[in-house]
Amino acid sequence: MQRIGVFVCWCGSNIAATVDVEKVSEEIKNMPGVVYSSNYQYMCSEIGQNMLKDAVKEHNLDRLVISSCSPRMHEVTFRKAAKAAGINPYLIEVANIREQCSWVHKDKAAGTEKAIALTRAAVAKVALNQELVPGEIGVTKKALVIGGGIAGIQTALDIAEAGYKVDILEQSPSIGGKMAQIDKTFPTLDCSACILTPKMVDAAQHPNITLHTYSEVEKVGGYVGNFQVDIRKKARYVDMDKCTGCGVCTEKCPSKKAKNEFEEGLSNRGAIYTPFAQAVPNVPVIDEKECIKLKTGKCGLCEKLCSAGAIKFDDKEEVITENYGAVVVATGYDLINLDKFGEYQYSDHPDVVTSLEFERITNAAGPTSGKFVRPSDGKRPQKVVFVQCVGSRDKTERGKSYCSKICCMYTAKHAMLIKEKYPDIEAYVFYIDVRTPGKNFDEFYRRAVEEYGVNYIKGMVGKVFPEGDKLMVHGVDTMSGETLVIDADMVVLAAATKAKDDAVDLKRKLNISTDSDNFFTEAHAKLKPVETASAGIYLAGACQGPKDIPETVAQASAAAAKAIGLLNKAKLVNNPCVSKVDKDLCSGCLACTKMCPYDAISSEEIEINDHGKITKKVVAKVNEALCQGCGGCTVTCRPGAIDLKGFTNKQILAEVDAICQ
Amino acid sequence: MVRSKVVPDNDKKELAEILKISGETINDCMQCGKCTAGCPATGGMDILPHQIIRDLQLGQVKKVMESKTIWSCASCFACASRCPRNVDLARLMEAARLLIVRKKGSARLKPETVSQLMEDKKMPQQAVVSAFRKYNK
Repeated sequence: MQRIGVFVCWCGSNIAATVDVEKVSEEIKNMPGVVYSSNYQYMCSEIGQNMLKDAVKEHNLDRLVISSCSPRMHEVTFRKAAKAAGINPYLIEVANIREQCSWVHKDKAAGTEKAIALTRAAVAKVALNQELVPGEIGVTKKALVIGGGIAGIQTALDIAEAGYKVDILEQSPSIGGKMAQIDKTFPTLDCSACILTPKMVDAAQHPNITLHTYSEVEKVGGYVGNFQVDIRKKARYVDMDKCTGCGVCTEKCPSKKAKNEFEEGLSNRGAIYTPFAQAVPNVPVIDEKECIKLKTGKCGLCEKLCSAGAIKFDDKEEVITENYGAVVVATGYDLINLDKFGEYQYSDHPDVVTSLEFERITNAAGPTSGKFVRPSDGKRPQKVVFVQCVGSRDKTERGKSYCSKICCMYTAKHAMLIKEKYPDIEAYVFYIDVRTPGKNFDEFYRRAVEEYGVNYIKGMVGKVFPEGDKLMVHGVDTMSGETLVIDADMVVLAAATKAKDDAVDLKRKLNISTDSDNFFTEAHAKLKPVETASAGIYLAGACQGPKDIPETVAQASAAAAKAIGLLNKAKLVNNPCVSKVDKDLCSGCLACTKMCPYDAISSEEIEINDHGKITKKVVAKVNEALCQGCGGCTVTCRPGAIDLKGFTNKQILAEVDAICQ
Repeated sequence: MVRSKVVPDNDKKELAEILKISGETINDCMQCGKCTAGCPATGGMDILPHQIIRDLQLGQVKKVMESKTIWSCASCFACASRCPRNVDLARLMEAARLLIVRKKGSARLKPETVSQLMEDKKMPQQAVVSAFRKYNK
C-alpha cells in the first residue's frame, strides 16, 4: 500500500474563504492510502515547502497530493520540493481547488464538497503514478534565421555575438528587407539606410554568420535541438566567388522590361540585376524569365563584358541539407493588393500611389533621385492627399479586420517630410482614428499638425475622380459634417499590411501555426511572445503581426535570447510525460501517425518470437524528443495500445471514479 | 439637448424593427464617413449618411424617420459596396422608408384627392387604387 500525504492550501483567503480547508484535510484522511493530511496558509512558501519535506521524513510518505492553485502555477515548485525530499517528482499530483473551485463558487458548503471531490480524484490518480525519468537529447550548436530583413539581421547578429553559428536564409538576392526601401524612420527621422546598411555589412562579415540569399526552405525535419533543413538555393547564374560587383553587366543588359521590385515597380531593371546599390551580397542574379540568352540562346552580352568570368549560364539550382539546434522565423510582411479598391483609382492612375511607393519617390536613392515629383508628368505636386486605413480595420473581403499599426506614424512622417522640404505644398490626411501609442510617437504626430500645419481630417475618402491633370478627392469631415472635394495632384494610400503569401506554406513545413490572417501565432499572447507551440522554433518581427522597426528589433533580440538559451544547453531534458506504445497490442494501423500534430510517431518493424516461430510486424514508434504529450494518439488508437505516461487511461478513469463516488 | 438615456425607450421598438428589416448590425460602424464621402446624393440631405447610422446607434429613430435624407437616398448602393465594416446603409435607409410605408393609420392619400389624381391620364388606374388601399387604412 502507498503512503500518500495530502496538503491543503488556504492560499490566504483565496481558497479558505470559500472552502473549509480543515474539513477537506479531515475528510481525505478516510481515503485508502492516505496516511497523513494537513493544511496550511501558503503551501508554496518556504515554510509550506518545508512542512512537506518534514512530513515526508516523519511519516515515511512516498506520494504527495497538494490541493492548491492550478498546476500551471506551482506544479514545478512542488515537484522540486518533492525531489528535495527524495521523492520522484512525478509521484506528486496537484488538485486545482482555486481556479476550478474557490474562485468560481460562492457557496462554502458546495465549494468544500467540490474541493473534497477534486482532492479525492488527485489521490486516486497519484496512487497509480509511476516514477518517470526525463530523457536527454543533444543540441546542434547552430541556429537558422529565416528571413533577412531587419528582424532576421538583428536576431542573427545577437546569436552570432553570443558565439554561436547562424545561417540567414533570404528569399531575394539581397538581405535588407522592407527597411532598405524606406527613406526615413519615425519618430526620429533618421535615414533608414544609414542605420540599416552597417548592420547588413556586419552580418555579411561576421565570422559566425553565413548568408544563404536567393534561397528558400524546402523541407524541415527533426525536432528541438536537432532540426534538419533542406535549403533550395535558386540558380543565380553568377559565380559568387568570382564576381567583383563592378556592375558593368547590370548597366549594359539590353533587357529592360522587368519591373524593379525594390523600386515598387516605379522603374524598370535589367534581366541581370542587383536589387539596390547597397545590396549584400553585392552579386547580381539573372532573372531567368527576362534573360534573352536564357530564353532564346542569343545575346550573352554580360558574359562577354564580365572581366571576372563570373557569368555561368549553365548554373543549376541545388538543395543543401544543414543541421540546426534552433530556428527563428523572421519572414516579415507585405502590403495588400489595392486592385479591388477601384474607388481610389490606384490601378488606373499613376499619381495614386501606395505609401511604400511614396517612400521610393522621396528617397534620394530612388527612381526620382529624391525629387518629389508626380509619376505621371514629373511635375511637383501642390496638393497631396493621404488616405489612411485603406484595407485596414476593414471587415469585408477586400481588406483586413486588424489595425496595421504602422500607418498612422508613417503617414505623419510622409506629410512632415513633404512640408519640411517644400513648405508651400498642402498636405491633407484623412483618418478614422489616429493611433500613436509609443515613446515620442504622439508628440511626433502632433508636430505634423502643430508645427508643420498638416491638415488632419477625421473622415474617409469616398472616391477619387481624375479631372484634367487633377485628382478630385471626395471626402468628409465627419466632425463638422462637411463634405469636401479636394483638387489634389497626388494621392497616397496607406495600404493594409498582410502576412506573406507563402506564410501558410512555411507553417506547414515548420509545423507551427498561423492565425486567421496567416500571421504566425506565438505560444502565449503575453508570457511567450516569441516562442511558437513547437519547441525550438521562435518568431521575430512582422511575420507574427504588424510591427514597427523598434518593436521588431526588440522582438528579434528576444528571439535571439531564447535561441541562445537553447543552444547554450549541453543536453536538453525532455518532458517524460510522452506517449508509449504497447507493441503487443499495436495492430500497426498507424492511425496515430496521421493524427499526431508534431510528427512524433513513425513506424518500425519488429520481430515476434511466438514459441520459436519468428514473425515480423509493423508497429508505431514514438519519438520522445518530438512528442509534446498532447494525448491525441491515445484516443485515436483503436486497440488502445498507446498510453500517455503520467496520464494513462487507468489513471484518468480512477480520477473519474473518485469524483463520482 | 440633454439626454439622460442613449436609446429612448419609446424608440426601442422601431429601432428593433429597422434592424430586423435591414438585417444590419449598426454597431459594426465606426463612423469613418466613407459612405458620406462617396454619396452622390448628399446635396438633398439634411442629415449626412454616416450621421444616419450614428443617430440609429444613439436610438434617435424619430430624427431619422423625419429626415429628408431617407427620401434623398437614390439606392445606388455606393455606400454599401465601399463600407469597410460591411454595414449596408442603403438597406437601413430602405428599412426606415418601409417602416413609414407600413405604418397603419396614417392616411397619406385622402379620398377627395383621388379624383384629382385620376385626371392625369397617364396615371395607371391600378396604381391609384393600390395606393388608396395601401395608404388609407
